[in-house]
Amino acid sequence: MLFSRLGRKLTAGALAVFGIWTAVAATAGSAAAQDTLEVPIVYVTRDGPPHIPLTLLEPVAEDLGVQGARLGLSDNATTGRFMGHAYELREVTVPEDGSLAKTLRPVLNDGARLIVADLRADDLLALAALDAASDALIVNARSYQDRLRTRACNANVLHAAPSNAMLTDALAQYLQRKRWTEVFLVVGRTDQDKRWAESFMRAAKRFRLNVVARKTWTFDYANRRDESGAAIAQEEVTRFTRGVDDYDVLVVADPADKFGEYLPHRTADPRPVAGTQGLRTTVWSRVHEQWGGTQLQNRFEEQAGRFMTPRDYTNWLAVRAIGEAVSRTETTAPAELKAFMRGNDFELQGYKGIKHTVRSWNNQLRHRILLAGPRILVSVSPQPGFLHERTELDTLGYDKPESRCGFD
Amino acid sequence: MLSKLLAAAAFAGLLLAAQPGHAYTIFVSNERDNTVSVVDSETLEVVETIDVGRRPRGITLSQDHSKLFVCVGDDDRIDVIDTETYEVVGTLPSGPDPELFVLDPDGRYLYIANEDDNKVTVTDIDAQKIVTEVRVGVEPEGMGISPDGKTLVNTSETTNMAHFIDTDAMEITHNILVGSRPREAQYTSDGEEIWVSAEIGGTVSVISDATRKIKHTINFDIRGIPKEAIQPVGIELTEDGKRAYVAMGPSNRVAVIDQETYEVLDYYLVGQRVWHMAMSPQEDRLYSANGVSSDLSVIDLEDGKVLKSIPVGRLPWGVAIKP
Repeated sequence: MLFSRLGRKLTAGALAVFGIWTAVAATAGSAAAQDTLEVPIVYVTRDGPPHIPLTLLEPVAEDLGVQGARLGLSDNATTGRFMGHAYELREVTVPEDGSLAKTLRPVLNDGARLIVADLRADDLLALAALDAASDALIVNARSYQDRLRTRACNANVLHAAPSNAMLTDALAQYLQRKRWTEVFLVVGRTDQDKRWAESFMRAAKRFRLNVVARKTWTFDYANRRDESGAAIAQEEVTRFTRGVDDYDVLVVADPADKFGEYLPHRTADPRPVAGTQGLRTTVWSRVHEQWGGTQLQNRFEEQAGRFMTPRDYTNWLAVRAIGEAVSRTETTAPAELKAFMRGNDFELQGYKGIKHTVRSWNNQLRHRILLAGPRILVSVSPQPGFLHERTELDTLGYDKPESRCGFD
Repeated sequence: MLSKLLAAAAFAGLLLAAQPGHAYTIFVSNERDNTVSVVDSETLEVVETIDVGRRPRGITLSQDHSKLFVCVGDDDRIDVIDTETYEVVGTLPSGPDPELFVLDPDGRYLYIANEDDNKVTVTDIDAQKIVTEVRVGVEPEGMGISPDGKTLVNTSETTNMAHFIDTDAMEITHNILVGSRPREAQYTSDGEEIWVSAEIGGTVSVISDATRKIKHTINFDIRGIPKEAIQPVGIELTEDGKRAYVAMGPSNRVAVIDQETYEVLDYYLVGQRVWHMAMSPQEDRLYSANGVSSDLSVIDLEDGKVLKSIPVGRLPWGVAIKP
């Protein structure tokens, strides 16, 4: 009752103040009521088997990512109610073996132009290449691949997800700060594992770490639930890590969480484990509660009934980025929103104690990266003392001279 | 009867003798320790540490200064402390996760921001009851009240707005977008302006009460300090309309601003991650709660010097002063 009264009052106020909005609604040919700016956002993902974490402490979730997008929409909608902006999230799923173009063409032909892509890199590139998407704003909420920020660039794509390089630079800075400079790198067999490892190699060079040994994890990946698993892992890991040149820290490259969890406390020499397991370098973790993070964790858990994962966080951030730009510009035109996000007045709040601004050369959202223990936050990068002329955040990931996107 | 009066007079005389000058008491909420530190203004030492509920943050005095109210967010209530005995004498309902609040000028109501629940709760202090609530933006925090008590301003951290609430109708009348993550709202003593700090935006917006529009945005630039570390949070405005003090978070500075020209005049170097502040009754000293260094900085505003830092509990958050 109070709320509907309120809504009417505010909408009238918003109309009087922001003349621009009617023009936008008119050009979009929207059938929207005169007093509301409709903001339809499409969330797109591809169907597939659920991610199964090795630990039994984490649930097998079928709704990774989309829950973050839904929370972002709910946050946008609260602000929207005060401004006469009506947000809507249309959830689109590409079948597991289906064609992305076939699923998305009708959606784009329907007029969808604000797209949150919870997709892997190949799908993201396919989406960006569609003719109908040429004037859309696509926000990458999932893929960490460095090539999207360095050579396989697309001007319509903005990256809310951090790159692998940002994660590995964050870890390398921390190792350098602790003077744990001698690294034993353990890499899984998948391409995804190798890409993470290549990012780490680059980070090691940038922050002067020595990778004294590199080995590929060759054992078969195990089921998460097996009664004698602990005993087998003990033998395998001890043998695997024996005879390696002296090192300070074992860095594991296993972003898919297939084996890395077996390594801590089982190495032949007593050494810490860091990377994708152990001391994790990540954009989000349940252990993070600084800078108001508690509130986001609470809101998410209330909505989803589980912890917020990094993929939920980047989807939340992607939807919020669009919402923030719409609030400030009073438009839904993708080109104007993109220009605003790339500009100096964009200051997205993502519970990291910083403004999330956009790197103009490759459309990468700036992040602080967490170094998270299994139960508590250990540190946040950039580490103190790593300086940059623009912002310290640009010590993480690909800097302007290192990227060939050339958007500015 | 006469003897009682005489005794009272003698007691008052004693008090005066014991507190030459303008002695007063400083209360500091310690978010991490679940305590309130009591600091004596003469000795500048902690004289008492009071155990309160979990996660104490917002802290303010009753109109007659006999009670201290403390938001204990993790216990979803307000603790009430007797300012003579330093004992928790009761609690008040607050709605979930109270963070910051403001006392209405008549002293009857507390207007409370419920950080986790997107609303502002109004509690009648004497009746110890919630009387109403108002839906606001995501993560309400800052609370300012006009000197006549007619307008309440709440800021919401994720919605990035200052919501103007008519306290008669308890309805929102205006919503103004401000910088990112607004933390505190303060009316000037003449009621003509509302100052709103934006932690992530790094600015202070000055809003006209008459037009309900931003009339000026104050920016900060501290040599040798990265832009990201400039995070305005607490705001204190002097009664005479001359000076404003803004706590700048992890830049470890308090900015001194001319209230009339909005010019940033100077910065005081205080402890680490400075959050909220309070001025002495004579407005000759400023006390700042420094979260990371767990201390309270004492700034002499006449000499323009930081006099001392007083160790208090861990993560000191808010400051209130009893004259």
